[in-house]
Amino acid sequence: MGDAAVLVEFADHVDLAINAAIQAIVARIRAGRAPWLRDVVPAFAALAVHIDPDHIGSADPIELVRALIEEHGRTRATSTIAARRVEVPVCYDAEFALDLEPVMARTRLSAEQVATRHAEPDYHVLMMGFAPGHPYLGGLDAKLAIPRRATPRPVVPAGSIAIANQQCVVYPYAISGGWNVIGRTPLKIFDAHRAEPSLFLPGDAVKFVPIDRARFARLADEAGTA
Amino acid sequence: MSLVVERPGLLSTVQDLGRFGWQHIGIVPCGAMDPESLQIANALVGNAPGDAAIEITVRGPELLIERQMLIALSGAPMAAQLSHKGGALVPVPSDRPVLVPSGSRLVCGSLSRGTRAYLAVAGGIVCKPVLDSRSTYLPGEFGGLAGRALRSGDRLPVASNIATLSRERFAGLTRRSRTAMHEQGMTSTRWSVPSQTVSGSEELTVRFVDGHHAALFTERSRQVFTNEWYRIAPESNRMGYRLAGPKLDRTRNVDVLSEPTALGTVQVPADGAPIVLMADHQTTGGYAKIAEVISADMPRLAQLRPGGLLRFQSCQLSVAIALREQARQRLRTMCRSIAWEYGT
Repeated sequence: MGDAAVLVEFADHVDLAINAAIQAIVARIRAGRAPWLRDVVPAFAALAVHIDPDHIGSADPIELVRALIEEHGRTRATSTIAARRVEVPVCYDAEFALDLEPVMARTRLSAEQVATRHAEPDYHVLMMGFAPGHPYLGGLDAKLAIPRRATPRPVVPAGSIAIANQQCVVYPYAISGGWNVIGRTPLKIFDAHRAEPSLFLPGDAVKFVPIDRARFARLADEAGTA
Repeated sequence: MSLVVERPGLLSTVQDLGRFGWQHIGIVPCGAMDPESLQIANALVGNAPGDAAIEITVRGPELLIERQMLIALSGAPMAAQLSHKGGALVPVPSDRPVLVPSGSRLVCGSLSRGTRAYLAVAGGIVCKPVLDSRSTYLPGEFGGLAGRALRSGDRLPVASNIATLSRERFAGLTRRSRTAMHEQGMTSTRWSVPSQTVSGSEELTVRFVDGHHAALFTERSRQVFTNEWYRIAPESNRMGYRLAGPKLDRTRNVDVLSEPTALGTVQVPADGAPIVLMADHQTTGGYAKIAEVISADMPRLAQLRPGGLLRFQSCQLSVAIALREQARQRLRTMCRSIAWEYGT
């Protein structure tokens, strides 16, 4: 990507195994802390390395990144840094599941089945982007794979859990978005002033835990999102 | 606290050289749109290159300077005036250190050319860093002053010893360079530095290397992209420059997978109108990328204003690297020569 960033493409489609390998390489590159690295960004099927020109002078960034990938891409997967596991409480009540009706119609599942099938699998953070702290999660039940809304909502409430295609997202704050909202978490997804600003990190394993309204209210109070 | 915003101007924000190391969680570096001019403004008041300053956009703010302060204006030329204790307004010279007496009102007017000017003060704007940077991240609403543009009544934090610091630094200057006295108690150097990034006209050619998806575009569209002029659309901002001009078509309308973007990425949404990603862009995107504007040309592009004309010229990566290195050396030489005037 120009003369100060390099994009390394591993595939042209989303594949959970390839993504896991990318997350592992990125974790090792980041741990290596080369002084000319500004940012290392894992994506669905690619990674990007952003370079500090003050540290490389006239060196070719592509050669530098090629060497980095050779160094870190060959290590066996067993030496990867253990992925974190994040538990996310979700209330699937109709009040929060703004798109429950169309999701039920498309999938021919009941409200209960939508919630159960959504909370069942283990998800992984494949990529973060769109907004600070906004994860794209892979692992969605194929039965829930439906297209995005025809018209995006002007404002999706903070903490909304939404699905589209093969993925799930969590809205870190109130922004516009076109994914189908099926629940809400009371947790604060992103806070720039926290020691770890983002609840999610690339590569994290994520588990959704269904909660009722009363517990949502209590946790929202604790998290200061009420 | 000795710098008070009386009027904010069109869009004035606190910016430094950016917030690096957070793109993996969706936080873009932000920072000065024209980092060359920011660094020159900082050098002119004896600051470190990455100290925070005020980025002024198109129309400048009015500020009350409560204590004696060493300031410098750099970047796009701006009609700035100063009045001391209610006296007549007199012009403030740009592109040089200016020692301003306490109780001054700095009235920044409109930029005559270009889009962004920088106001640096000795010791920098010292608002609390967020994630290691003082840059304002407007879309994320953090950094700088409460994550937003300046408003009337804001008080900008500066060094607690600003008056002493300013006098000491300016005294260091006078040993080596003769000073010029102005009306209203202002003092400055006789010398100034030339603006580096603002072109004389509102037309600009920027160079690019091919983007990741360049091959997805028709041969004709790729020719049009390099032959025709594009106009910077009015809805352009710190996130991106939207370009009005010939639409760009793709050979096949396959979806591209969302992937990381960079400063200067030229992406083309389904409507065929290209967008150049600027300092506050999203870290990832799902639009086809036709080109990447080279680093050396980004500060100049950031100075082109809405309505300005832009043309793209193809460039080899090796040339882009050489030009980036030349620009870096030129800036370093200029900042060193300013530092020499300060005797450091």
